[in-house]
Amino acid sequence: MADYKNEFGWFAEKPKVEKKIYDRNKVAIGIVVFLVIFTIAFWKNLGKAVPPPKPALETAAIIKLPEKERTCVEDVEFMRQRHMRLLVDWREQVIRDGERYWTNSKGEKYLASLSNTCMECHTNKTQFCDQCHNYVAVVPNCWGCHLTKEEQVAKAEAK
Amino acid sequence: MAKLPTPAELAKVSYSPPAKGWMEIKPDFRPGQYVNAADPKWMEWIDYPYPRKWSVPDEDWQLPSNWKEIILEGMEDRLNRFRSLKIFFDICVRCGACADKCHFFLGTGDPKNMPVLRAELLRSVYKRYFTRIGKALGDLVGARDLDESVIKEWFYYLHQCTICRRCSLFCPYGIDMAEMTLLGREMLASIGLNIDWALASVAQCYDKGSHIGATPQAFKDMIDFLAEENERITGISTPVSYNRKGAEILFVTPSGDYFADPGTFTLMGYLLLFKYLDLDYTFSTYAAEGGNFGWFVSHEMGKRLNTKIYEEAKRLKVKWILGGECGHMWRVCNQYMTTWWGESPTFLEEPVSPITGTKFENAKVHKMVHISEFTADLIKHGKLKLDPQRNAHIKLTFHDSCNTARGMGIFEEPRYIINNVLPEGHFFEMPPNTIREKTFCCGSSSGINANENMEARMQGGFPRANAVRYVHEKYGVNHLGCICALDRATLPTLLQYWVPEVDVTGITELVGNALVFEDEIERTTDLRDRDLVGFGEEEGAEEEE
Amino acid sequence: MDFFKRNILAALIAVLGLIAVAYVGVKGNLQLLFGVVIPYMALLIFFEGIIYRVIKWARSPVPFRIPTTAGQQESLPWLKRTLADKLDNPSTFPFTLGRMALEVLAFRSLFRNTRSELIEAPQRPEGAKLVHWSYKWLWLGAIAFHYAFLVIVIRHLRFFTEPVPHFISLLGEVDGFVQFFIPTVYVSGVVLVLAGLYLLGRRITNPNLRYISLASDYFPLFLIIGIGTTGILMRYVYRVDIQAVKQLALGLVTLHPVVPAGIGAIFYVHLFLVCVLLAYFPFSKLLHAPGLFMSPTRNMTSNNRKVLHVNPWNYPVKFHTYMELEDRYREAMYEAGLPLEIEPETMETEGEEE
Repeated sequence: MADYKNEFGWFAEKPKVEKKIYDRNKVAIGIVVFLVIFTIAFWKNLGKAVPPPKPALETAAIIKLPEKERTCVEDVEFMRQRHMRLLVDWREQVIRDGERYWTNSKGEKYLASLSNTCMECHTNKTQFCDQCHNYVAVVPNCWGCHLTKEEQVAKAEAK
Repeated sequence: MAKLPTPAELAKVSYSPPAKGWMEIKPDFRPGQYVNAADPKWMEWIDYPYPRKWSVPDEDWQLPSNWKEIILEGMEDRLNRFRSLKIFFDICVRCGACADKCHFFLGTGDPKNMPVLRAELLRSVYKRYFTRIGKALGDLVGARDLDESVIKEWFYYLHQCTICRRCSLFCPYGIDMAEMTLLGREMLASIGLNIDWALASVAQCYDKGSHIGATPQAFKDMIDFLAEENERITGISTPVSYNRKGAEILFVTPSGDYFADPGTFTLMGYLLLFKYLDLDYTFSTYAAEGGNFGWFVSHEMGKRLNTKIYEEAKRLKVKWILGGECGHMWRVCNQYMTTWWGESPTFLEEPVSPITGTKFENAKVHKMVHISEFTADLIKHGKLKLDPQRNAHIKLTFHDSCNTARGMGIFEEPRYIINNVLPEGHFFEMPPNTIREKTFCCGSSSGINANENMEARMQGGFPRANAVRYVHEKYGVNHLGCICALDRATLPTLLQYWVPEVDVTGITELVGNALVFEDEIERTTDLRDRDLVGFGEEEGAEEEE
Repeated sequence: MDFFKRNILAALIAVLGLIAVAYVGVKGNLQLLFGVVIPYMALLIFFEGIIYRVIKWARSPVPFRIPTTAGQQESLPWLKRTLADKLDNPSTFPFTLGRMALEVLAFRSLFRNTRSELIEAPQRPEGAKLVHWSYKWLWLGAIAFHYAFLVIVIRHLRFFTEPVPHFISLLGEVDGFVQFFIPTVYVSGVVLVLAGLYLLGRRITNPNLRYISLASDYFPLFLIIGIGTTGILMRYVYRVDIQAVKQLALGLVTLHPVVPAGIGAIFYVHLFLVCVLLAYFPFSKLLHAPGLFMSPTRNMTSNNRKVLHVNPWNYPVKFHTYMELEDRYREAMYEAGLPLEIEPETMETEGEEE
C-alpha cells in the first residue's frame, strides 16, 4: 500500500460515490404515497366537469308575483353571502327582543320569519336551500325546528 | 495552563445571549477553553495533510493558500457521501428543543454551544455555497461567507462538542450534532487543523497499538503488574496470555484500563473473572487498544485504527472477541466496525459463552461481545459465587456513558451486575432526566480530555457532577460506577473538582471485589487496598467507617 | 438594526407585502392570475420541489447505521425490554415502523423534552444546582399546530370534491362541535392561530430562541398565522360567496378552471398566501416534514451486530500491520517472552519474511 492516499488532501483520490438513487424502492414508495395523498382531489375529479348548482327560483308562489315584486328582502349578492347572518339576526330579534318586524336597507318592513317569509316564496327547500348547502357541505341547523310546508301539513294530518 | 476558577465561580453560568447577533461575534480563544494545536510530528506519523507548527491563539493559523477550496470541496464530497449531513443541514427548524440539552451549553452558557447554533455554524456555510436561497437572501436565511473566522469558530465549538448525542435524542427530527461534529472535524483536518490531545493518541495508537504509545513489551509489563497486584490482594494468581494463537477468545479493552487508576482496578477485575472461569483467552499487543480516538478525528482514521482488531483476531485464529468496558469503543464497534470491514468476518464464529453455552445472537454478525453482556449472562446462570458484602463500603450510583447509552442502548446489563455484586440498598439512581438515554456526558469525551482546556471540561461536566452531588447528598453515595474507560479517566478529575467525596469505579472492579474463589486468602481489602467493612478485624473496620 | 429586529421585520414585511400584492392585484382585476395561474404554478413548484429534494437526498447513501438508541438494546433474551424500549431502540423492522409512526404522528422525541434551569443552592459549595424537569408545552403547542393544520386541510377538501365524501362533512361537524356563532366556529382554525401565536411568542420572548431565530423562521409562522387569520375573517366577518369559491376550487382540480365573478378580495389574499406557502415549502425548513421520514437516526433498525450494513463507498485504508510492529520490536518482544511470528535468530534470512 505504498501508494496510499489519505482521504483529505486533494492530492489524493477521493472515495468513489456512485451516482444513483440509493434505497430506490423505499424512496419511490414514499414519493408515490405522498403524491397519491396530496393529489387526492385531482384524481377523484379527474376530467369531470362539475356544473355549479342552480337553485330553482321558479316556484308557483314566485311566478304568481308580478315581475316587479320578484325581489328578495335584500339584493342577490347580499343574500348569497350573508343570508345565514340575517336569519340569525332575525332569530335573536324575534326571540330575545320580541320584535317581529324587520326593516331592510331600503326601509321596507318584513315579518322576520323563516317559515312564513322566506319559505312563503321559496317553497322548494330541496331545489333551493339544499342544493347549495350540499354543494358546499354545509349543514344548517334551521331544520332541527323549522318544518317545510309539506312537513307541516303531514304533521297536522298525523294528529 | 490557565488558573482554574473555583467551583463557585464556575457555577455562575449566565444563559443570557449577547446583544450582538451570532454572526458578528468572533471566537475568543481564552486559555482554559481550547485544546492545543496538534504537533506536526503526529500528523506526519499518520500522513495527515499540512503538518506545521501553529498555535491556537495565533492570529494567523497558516492555512494552506487554497483552504477555502479544500473546505468547500470537502463539504460537497461529504454531502455526497453522507445522506445524514444533507438532511441535517436542510431540515432543522430551530425549535430550540436541543438548546438546554447540551452539557456544554448548560456549563458555559455560550449560545454557540446550543447544538442548534453549533450546527448553524456549519449550516450557514452550506446555505451560502450549496443552496440558491442562501446565495440570494444571505443572513436572513442564515447563510454567510466562509472566512477564516468561521474556520476558527468551527475549531472552537466542534471541540466543545463531545459527540454525546444528547441533542439528537430530543430533536424531533433526530438531527444528530455528533454526525455534523465528526464531519466538521474531518474538514478541519483536511486543512491541517487538529487538536494535539486527540492526534497524539491517534498517532501513537496507529504506530504502536495503543493511545498511550506503549510498546508491546511495556503493554505486557503493565498488565503483568496488575496480575501480580491481584495475587498480592487475593492470593489468586491470574496469569495472562498474550498474542496466543488458537485461544478461544481475543480480549480487547481500552488502554485506560491498564494505564491509570481507577481503570487498572477494572482490569484487575477482568483478570480475576477470567481466572475464575478458566477462560481460554488472550490479550494482543497489537490490538492493544479498544478505544478509538481515530473516530474522533475522522471516519477514515477510525477505520484505520479499528481494523487492527479483526486483523489480529484473524492472525490469532480466535473464535470470537470479547470487549472490555468502554464507551466510544463500543459505539464504534456497534455502529461502524462490521460496516468498515465490509462483511461479517468469516474467520470468526458466532460467539458462544464457553461457560453457560449462551449464544450471543445479538452479535451474530459482529462476533464481539460486551463484557457486561458476558458477565450478566454468567450471573444469571449462577456461574459466579459472589459475596456482595465485600462491596459494603461502596454506595454506588451508575453513570450511563453517552456512547453506550445513545449509540448502543446498554442499560440493563450493568445494572443487573450491580444489583448482584452490591449489598441490597447500596445502589441509587441519579435523577431520571440525567440517566439512561437522557444521560449527561462526562464533558471530556471525544478527544478533548487534555489539561489545557480544564476549565471547559469542568464546565462541560457540570451537569453530570451536579446529578452526582444530588445522590451524594441525598443517599450518601460515595462511588460513581461506569462502563467506560474515558469516564474512568475523566470523571475522577471532574468529581475531584465538583464532588470530591465521590470516587469513580468500573463495574468489573466491583465484580472482582465480590468474586469468591475456592482457594483465596482471606480478604480484608478491596482491589484498591481499602479496608472492607465487616471483614477481618471487626473493630478496626468499624473505626474506619 | 440588531439581528433580531432585522430578521423579524424582514419576515413581517414580506408577509404584509404579499398580502398587499394580492389585494392590489385583485382590485386591479387580476383574478385569473391569482385564482388560476398562481395556484397552478405553486402546486407545480410544491410537488416538483419536494420530489426533487427527496431524490437529491436519496442520491447520497447512508454509509453507516446510526440510529439514536433510546432504550435497552436487544441482547440477552431474559433481560427485560419494555414496549417503550422496543420502540425507542427497535431491533426489528416492525418496531422501526412503530418508532417512525410515533415520531410522525405523536412527536415522540419532542414529548421527551425537558427544561433545565440553574437555581441557587446556598447549601452546596458551588452555590448553585441544575434542575431538569419534564416540559411538555412545546410538544403541546407543536402537536396542536400540526393537527389543527391537518384538520383544516382535510376540511378544505369540501371545496375540491363533488359530491363531498361523508367523512369530510363529518369532520366538519366534529370540528364545529362547539355550535357557537353562525357560521359555526371551527375549533381547528382557532387552535391553529393560537398555536401559531404561541410558537411565535416563544421565539420572541425566550432570549436564546430569539438569538437563533432567522427571518426564515419567522416567515412561515407569519405566513401561516396570516392564512389562518384571513380564513377566519373570511368565514366570520368579511363573507364571500362560498358557492363561487367552490366553483373556482373545483375548476382547478377538474382542470376546467373558471373565475366566477363576485368573490371578495379577502379570498384571493387567503389563496395567495397558501400558494406562497406551497411554493416556499421545498426551499425552506418546512422540508422537515419529508426529511423526518429519511432521518437516519430515526428510520434505521438498531441491529448492527446482528445484520450487516453495507457502505457502498467503503474503501480500503492503510493501517499498521502486526508484522510491522513485530519487525520493529522483535527482540524486545522476544525478551519479554511474547510469542512471535518470526524468531529473532531467523531475522537474517530476510527472504522468508511474509
